[in-house]
Amino acid sequence: MRRYALRFVALFYLAAILIAPLGIVFYRTFEDGFAAAWEALSTPETIHAFKLTLIITAIAVPLNTVFGIICAIAIVRKRFPGKGLLNAFIDLPLALSPVVVGLSLFLLYGRTGWFGGFFERHDIQVLFALPAMIIATIFVSLPFVAREVVPTLREIGDEQEQAARTLGANGWQTFRRITLPSIRWAVIYGVILTTARCLGEYGAVAVVSGRIQGETETATLRVEERYDSFDLAGAYAIAIVLALIAIAVLLLMTLVKPREGTT
Amino acid sequence: MSIHVRNISKRFGDFTALDDVTLDVEGGSLTALLGPSGSGKSTLLRIIAGLEFADQGEILIAGEDATDIRPQDRNVGFVFQHYAAFKHMTVRDNVAFGLQVRKRPKAEIRDRVDELLKLVQLEAFGHRYPAQLSGGQRQRMALARALAPKPEVLLLDEPFGALDARVRAELRDWLRRLHEEVDVTTIFVTHDQAEAMDVASQIAVMNTGRVEQVGSPTQLYDEPASEFVMQFVGEANRLGDRWVRPHDLDVSPDPGPGGVEAQIGRITRYGFDARIELVAADGEPLLVQVTRDRLEELELERGQIVWVVAHHERAFADATATER
Repeated sequence: MRRYALRFVALFYLAAILIAPLGIVFYRTFEDGFAAAWEALSTPETIHAFKLTLIITAIAVPLNTVFGIICAIAIVRKRFPGKGLLNAFIDLPLALSPVVVGLSLFLLYGRTGWFGGFFERHDIQVLFALPAMIIATIFVSLPFVAREVVPTLREIGDEQEQAARTLGANGWQTFRRITLPSIRWAVIYGVILTTARCLGEYGAVAVVSGRIQGETETATLRVEERYDSFDLAGAYAIAIVLALIAIAVLLLMTLVKPREGTT
Repeated sequence: MSIHVRNISKRFGDFTALDDVTLDVEGGSLTALLGPSGSGKSTLLRIIAGLEFADQGEILIAGEDATDIRPQDRNVGFVFQHYAAFKHMTVRDNVAFGLQVRKRPKAEIRDRVDELLKLVQLEAFGHRYPAQLSGGQRQRMALARALAPKPEVLLLDEPFGALDARVRAELRDWLRRLHEEVDVTTIFVTHDQAEAMDVASQIAVMNTGRVEQVGSPTQLYDEPASEFVMQFVGEANRLGDRWVRPHDLDVSPDPGPGGVEAQIGRITRYGFDARIELVAADGEPLLVQVTRDRLEELELERGQIVWVVAHHERAFADATATER
């Protein structure tokens, strides 16, 4: 019996915390039929919100992937002063509430902020526009690639890279042909986590976007807006699409991840 | 291609890995860097390869200053103790790597890889991945990979250290033959004196970051320059402040002039020799090597008190140097 007890606890916890809310969202969305849900999804504001979420994700993910790989290599392979600090700061977005991130961007890029004056003089709208939303999203999704790649880099060691050097490969050849193939699963895993985080970001973006419907409203903000406007069907429908994307990302991750114990 | 190491020093924090090391390696020779762990032998090899940079001194390869040249421009082949196989590439791709990064024509690469796979007897394994090879096969692949770009210098860092005894003996043999076939200046690092004696034509004995002695295996054995070399290369007994090889000792049941009193411990017989372990009256352990005929003649038994006589003793002036 005891061996079942542990599984029961784990599954019950999952069911109560994860499956039940997700199930009720699904149920509520299609309570009034598929047509109602579709109608709620196909309004121009909602379509724009999804587009905006995808644009932000498409910019933030590649940037954080490149940055994450560079950081991971610096942390594992290089010796430089301030390395411990870099290692610690990468985790900051995980520890910091997104609302605080949003607020700090507000202070930085606001009219009286450090950089605010510069952008205003050059007539560049940062706050309440795409740039601030992208910066906020990059900030909150920054650690994932580096955090996945660092342990893998440590594990594979640097002998293969040294061998490549003695065989005549330059730094770029060594990276592209030896390092990158060795860390590819970690990078893919990190990209998937980063993508999921970007799609779901709410707090920081909520603060800096100004939530202008049809302009600076992302999918997650749209859910909140619909909910506040008592359009529950609309809120559920958008939530469902976000949940489906998240599930798809998770499935992709399970498919892509090499089985444990193999490399 | 000759290699000249000139006054190289290297520190890692407080630890002095190399202390003013100078070494000359003749072109086409097969040299062993022999020493205990921490003696600096691997660091010296890595500095020659350009994988580490010295704090002081210079490296000349084929007469040219290579001190500040990056590893990829040195034209050296390097073989690692743990193979450093490219795990995501097949054996063929591993061997071809050095040629591909030099952008050689495809046909030339194919021919050269075929030639090398044949040389290391891995023709049938070209499409396997390193994980599907045994340790000995992986190390042969690593050798082929290092030799593919026709390096001027081949450097091997404890190349057989991770292999079991039988494969190690095979590969030693094979390395010696390979060196005769492929004319490349070769330096290998080992802590195993038997391996160094067996394979190398020249041995540099290293200890605490310095070269103790350079010479042929016979020279090192017959004319050790220091107590350290005496002990490290071959077996040695200490008799007071003198040193003597086990086969330069004899055992006598009666006290005689110059005899040292000792008690017999274990006696082992194998092959041509017999080995008698003793403890001298001053507590120093002794090892005596005699022929089996001599052993039978002596009729020794465990616990017996005998006298050990030396035929050929050595004393070293630098006794303090090795005590450090």
